[in-house]
Amino acid sequence: MTSTDAASHALQIPIEPFTLANGLRVVLSEDHATPIVAVNLWYHVGSANEREGRTGFAHLFEHMLFQGSEHVGANEHFELIQRAGGTLNGSTWLDRTNYFETLPAHQLELALWLEADRMGRLLPAMTQEKLDTQRDVVKNERRWSVDNQPYGTWWERLPALCFPAEHPFHHSLIGSMEHLTAASLEDVAEFFRTYYTPDNAVLTIVGDFEPGAARAAIERHFGAIARGAGKPPLPAMDVAPRFGGWRRETVEDAVVSPRLFLAFRIPPFGAEAWYAPSLLGSVLGTGDGSRLQRALVREQAIASSVSVFTFDLSKGSDLLVCDVTARPGVSAEALERAVVAEVDRVLRDGVNADECARALALAETSWVEALQSAASRADRLSQYATYFGDPARLNSELARYRQLTPDDVTRAARALLGEDNRASLIYVPRAESPIDQAAA
Amino acid sequence: MTTRPIPGAPRPYEFPDVARTALPNGVRVVVAPVRRLPLVTVLALVDAGASTDPPGADGAAALTARTLAEGTATYDGATLAELFERLGTSFEAAADWDSTVARLTVTPDRLDAAFALFADVLRAPTFPDADVLRLRDERLADLQHQLAEPRGLADRRFTGALYAPSSRYARPAGGGARAVGSLTASVTRAFHTARYGPTTTTLIVVGDITPEAAHALVVEHFGDWRSTAETAPPIAAVAAGGRRVVIVAKPDAPQTELRIGHVGVPRSHPDHLSIVVMNAILGGLFSSRINLNLRERHAFTYGASSGYDWRRAAGPFVVSTAVKSEVTDRAVEEILREFEAIRETAPSADELALATDYLAGVFPIRYETTAAVASAIAGATVFGLAEDWFRTYRDRVRSVSSTEVLAAARAHVDPSRALVVAIGDPAVIEPLLGRLDLGPMVVQPATYDPTETE
Repeated sequence: MTSTDAASHALQIPIEPFTLANGLRVVLSEDHATPIVAVNLWYHVGSANEREGRTGFAHLFEHMLFQGSEHVGANEHFELIQRAGGTLNGSTWLDRTNYFETLPAHQLELALWLEADRMGRLLPAMTQEKLDTQRDVVKNERRWSVDNQPYGTWWERLPALCFPAEHPFHHSLIGSMEHLTAASLEDVAEFFRTYYTPDNAVLTIVGDFEPGAARAAIERHFGAIARGAGKPPLPAMDVAPRFGGWRRETVEDAVVSPRLFLAFRIPPFGAEAWYAPSLLGSVLGTGDGSRLQRALVREQAIASSVSVFTFDLSKGSDLLVCDVTARPGVSAEALERAVVAEVDRVLRDGVNADECARALALAETSWVEALQSAASRADRLSQYATYFGDPARLNSELARYRQLTPDDVTRAARALLGEDNRASLIYVPRAESPIDQAAA
Repeated sequence: MTTRPIPGAPRPYEFPDVARTALPNGVRVVVAPVRRLPLVTVLALVDAGASTDPPGADGAAALTARTLAEGTATYDGATLAELFERLGTSFEAAADWDSTVARLTVTPDRLDAAFALFADVLRAPTFPDADVLRLRDERLADLQHQLAEPRGLADRRFTGALYAPSSRYARPAGGGARAVGSLTASVTRAFHTARYGPTTTTLIVVGDITPEAAHALVVEHFGDWRSTAETAPPIAAVAAGGRRVVIVAKPDAPQTELRIGHVGVPRSHPDHLSIVVMNAILGGLFSSRINLNLRERHAFTYGASSGYDWRRAAGPFVVSTAVKSEVTDRAVEEILREFEAIRETAPSADELALATDYLAGVFPIRYETTAAVASAIAGATVFGLAEDWFRTYRDRVRSVSSTEVLAAARAHVDPSRALVVAIGDPAVIEPLLGRLDLGPMVVQPATYDPTETE
C-alpha cells in the first residue's frame, strides 16, 4: 500500500532497553523537547491471574498500591506526585496492570523512589482498615461504572460470551460484590509476593533525562529488590481460531435503544496475522467514511453511534468488536440485520484499495498524535516490552500496516467474519423501564 | 532507599512563542510553531457560541457547527468525510457557550489539501436539508439517552434548577428536545450567515510550520472572505433561588448521583486565579479535602470533585460525586461542612503549596500536544486574556497567598445558596435528605424536566 506520508515514515524514536540483575526490564527513551518525564510501570498480571472465588482482586489490589508502603503513608503517593507538579494513575486490564506518573523533569527520582518502595516494601503498610476502605471504594466504582450505567454490564458480559468458562479471560474484571467482600489481607500478601516482583515488571522512562544518571538512579532504587519465586502458570489460553458458531445473548436493561456488540475472534494482538484484521476494523468502523458509519449512521440513519475496536489481548486470541447503538425506536432485530448486512458485504465483495488507504492514513496520523504525549509513548513501550520482549517494535508498527495489501485484508475478512465466528451481545430496552412509562 | 530523594533544579520551560497577525478583512491569525513531531493543528475559533442562539432556537449554534461538513458547493457530506480521512484527518466542530471551534490535526505534507477543504467547509457550507434533519434527530436521540444515564441527567437537572428560567444557561448549550425539534436547515443557514465571518473568526495554527507559511495559507484561503457576520451581545446569568433540594427519582438506582453548588463568577472576575487555587484545595485535586473526605476517609464514593465552569457570564460552581444510596445524607453533610471549613480558616502553607506547586508544575504537561496548545490559545482569545498570560501563569499562580485563598472562599463558596440535586431512589434518599436543613425540597420524575415546559 502506498503512502505519501514521508514525515511519519522517517519518524523513529530512540529506544534503549536493558535488564537489571533481578530481572527488571527497563526501557529508556529520551526526548528533550519539554522538561517533563514520564515513568510507566507494567506488571504482567491482570484479572486473568485471579484465583477461583476472587474476581475483581487484581483491580482491588491496584487500589491498595496507593495505600502506602514502608516509607510512604496512605494516599501519600498521590499527594507527593501532585505536590511535585505531576499527574498519575493506574489501571487494570485482563492481562496486565500499569502505574504511571508524569512529572517535571527534575522530579524523576521521586517517582522512581515511590515505585520502588511499593514494589519492594508494600506489605508493612497494609492494614485491614485500608483494605476495608478500598473494598468499599471499589464497590462504589462498580456501581458507578457498571450497575448504574446504561449498557454498563457489557464490560463483563462480552468476555464471558466470547471465552469459555474455564478460560482466564472469561470472568469479570471489576469483580462481583461477593468476591470483593471475600478478599482478605492474606490474599493481598500472596498476590504481592507472587506477581509484584521485578522480574514480572517493565519500567519505562520517557522524556527529559540524562541516560547515565537515570540508569544509576534505577539501579539504586530497584537493584536490591529480590527477584520473585516465579508465578503459577495460567490455565491454557489457546482457543480454536474461530468461535465455531454464532453465539448470542440478549440482555434487558434500563436503556433507551438497542445496542449490539458483534464480536469476532481474531489472532492474538501483535501476531503477524493480527494486523490485517486490525486494519479491517478501521475499514469497518473508524471515521465517518468507514463502512458501518456511512451505511448505518449516514445513509440509513438507524444507528446513532458506531465504534470498532480490538481488546489487544496478546495470548490465546484477541477480539474484534463492532459496537453499534441504534436510534431510539429501531428494533434490535433491524439493527442486527443492518450491521450483519454490511459485514456480509465485506465477506462477499472484499475491500478495495481506496478504503484501505483511508484507514491507513488515519492510522498514520493517530500514531504520531499518540507519540506527542510522553505518558502514552511510555505506555506503548511498556506494552511492547511486556508482551513481545521488544519495545523497539514501536518504531516498526506503521510499517506492519503499510505492508498490507487490500487482498490481505480481504483474506482476513473471509477467514474471520463468517457466521462460524460471530458473537452477538444485544441490549434491549426493558419493557417496564421508567422511560417507556413516561413516553406512554 | 529509606529517605526521600531531593529534587534537582527545575528546568526552564516556556509556552510556545505565538505570532499574531491580521488580514485586511479582519480575520485574525495566531501561529505557534512547535517543531517536535510532524503534525499541525488548525483551529478556527468563531464568535458563535450557544449563548448567541437566536430566541426560540436553542441548539442553533451546536447544530450549525455539527453540520458544517455536510456539504459544500463542490462536495456532499459523505465525500467530504472521505476526502478528509484520505488525508489522515477528520474535521471536527462543536459549539460551547462562548464560541464555535472547528479543527483538524494533520501531518505537514497533507496540510495544504486539508486546509483548503477546511476553509471551504467553514466559509461556504450548504447545509443540505436531509443531513441537517438527520443530525438534529441524532441530538434528540442523545437527549433521550441522557434521561437513562445518571451522570448526564444530574448535570442537566442541576443547571436547569440553578438558573432562572429566563436565563439561557438554564437550558443545555445544545438545546433541549422541544427547541431542537423545531430546528431546520434554514435556521443553521441563517445562523451561519449571521455569525460566521472574517471579523468573528480567529485562525490558530500550531505545530510543524513557520508563522510565514501559516499566514500565507490563511491569506490564500480566507483573504477574500467577505461577510456581514457579527458577534452578539453578552447574556446575563441569573440564579433561580437559594438553598434547596431537588430529588430526581430513579427508583432502584444503586447509587445517588449528587450535584451540589451555586452560580459561580464570570471568567473575567479579578479573583479568577485565587479561586482556581482555592478550588484545587477544596475539591479540584485527588488530594483535595472533598475527595479525601468522601473517598478515603468515609469510602462513600469512587471519587468526588469540585469545579468552576469558566464562561463569559457566570457559570456553575459544582461538586460532583456518586455515593452509595444509604449514605446520601452523610455525603451531603460532609460536602457542606467542607464549604464551611474553607471559609473559616486560611489553608496552611503546606496545603497551599500542594495546590500552587501542582498547578505550576503540571502546566508544561498540559501542553504536550499541538491540539492542547491550540485549545489553550483559543481559550485565551475567547476571554481576551493578556498576551503574556501563559508566560507569566506559573509565577502568578505561585504568588497566590493563603489570605487570598481565604478571601476567595468567603466570597465565592456560599453554603447558604447551595442547591442540592440528587438523582436516585426516592424511597431511600427522600427521608435521609429530609432530616437535614437544606431548604425546600421537591421530588421530580426523571422524565419531567421543568426547562422543557412552556
